[in-house]
Amino acid sequence: MEERRSLSSELVRGIIKDNPVFCLVLGICPTLAVTTSFENGLGMGLAFTFVMLGSNLFISLLRKQIPSIVRLPIFIVVIGTFVTIVDMVIEAYLPPLYEALGIFVPLIVVNCIVIGRAEAYANRNPVLPSIADALGISVGFILVLTLIGGIRELLGTGKITFVMLWLLENGQLGFLELATLHIPIEPATVMILPPGAFFTIGALMFFFNFVGKKIREKRGRGD
Amino acid sequence: MPSLLPTENLLEIVMTGIFTKNFLLVYFLGLCSFLGLTKETTSSVGMSVAVTFVMMMASIITWPIFHFILAPHGLEFLETICFILVIASFVQLTEFIIRKHKPALYRSLGIYLPLITTNCAVLGVVLLNVRQDFSYAGSIVYGISAGLGYGLIMLVTSGIREKLWQRGVDLFEGFTGAFFVAALLSLIIVNYFGVIKF
Repeated sequence: MEERRSLSSELVRGIIKDNPVFCLVLGICPTLAVTTSFENGLGMGLAFTFVMLGSNLFISLLRKQIPSIVRLPIFIVVIGTFVTIVDMVIEAYLPPLYEALGIFVPLIVVNCIVIGRAEAYANRNPVLPSIADALGISVGFILVLTLIGGIRELLGTGKITFVMLWLLENGQLGFLELATLHIPIEPATVMILPPGAFFTIGALMFFFNFVGKKIREKRGRGD
Repeated sequence: MPSLLPTENLLEIVMTGIFTKNFLLVYFLGLCSFLGLTKETTSSVGMSVAVTFVMMMASIITWPIFHFILAPHGLEFLETICFILVIASFVQLTEFIIRKHKPALYRSLGIYLPLITTNCAVLGVVLLNVRQDFSYAGSIVYGISAGLGYGLIMLVTSGIREKLWQRGVDLFEGFTGAFFVAALLSLIIVNYFGVIKF
């Protein structure tokens, strides 16, 4: 019971308190570059999840064998291996997503979040908590990517398509369309272009800082 | 195999690297250093110089590795691991050399060098060199101009943020302000240079 509670708290911590984008301000590049739509954001998030899980699992398993003086090159090789695997899988099974994500799949290797978690968490903790940590951080990252992607798609094209990664009828891996939502506004193409990404994340960060400050003030008064 | 001599329009590569496809504002590469180091002009200049140098050297080193070692043996899938290790070793080596021979330069630049290994702009430029099939000369020119474009935006943004801070304009604290400055600059770049053809 004790262990299960700590595992679930690891999960939740990654989503809210240690949210990689809004609280730690890490991994901003992919967050802005690939979030032109909900689908691309989800695809990037899932690729990231695979790398994050693999690297945390392996580094946590090897943590007693890794000499601390050469740990960073070893982390990079482990992460690079998983990035190469996910890059090849996406190229083979999801060619449209591969086109959309471009060089940002190989660039997961220099994503500060993955190296940061390997250094700060997986290198010091047993396997199960490391997996919980990886899952929490990944879910937090996917939520941010799909939120920004959704906002940009909705304002930029006037509609949003919710998708899910699933095995399609022909046995291939692909995106299954769940629902499409239309809003009756004039689409602002600038939201799909690079400036829209900066506007969206700036506004969201302002909003979350504001909410966080209000919550802290409330707590402070309660004490 | 792409040739050593330029086969493409070099002016076009320069303008693409600096303006049209600016690394910070259009490709969104290197944003961590953009957010962290644009609070003051001196640190943003130091970082830009270091990044431009490393981008140029990374382009010089990785092009032969890809086209003479990886591609002939069908090992293109190793490019990511290979390039990141080359960049990391090169940055480490540069740090040793500068510390030994140019202590003054090391004191002003030293703290930025380790940061460059995990700067996605450097890995981004060498991956883009390979994906766009640039010639050797073209990829070196692209490396330099990408660095200059990065430096230009770093300098402009740090100037704006410094001035705003000096005048006591504290409308958006922290990173929010940097994102809004970036949004406006990005709007300029996309609208102005997006329509020009070289």
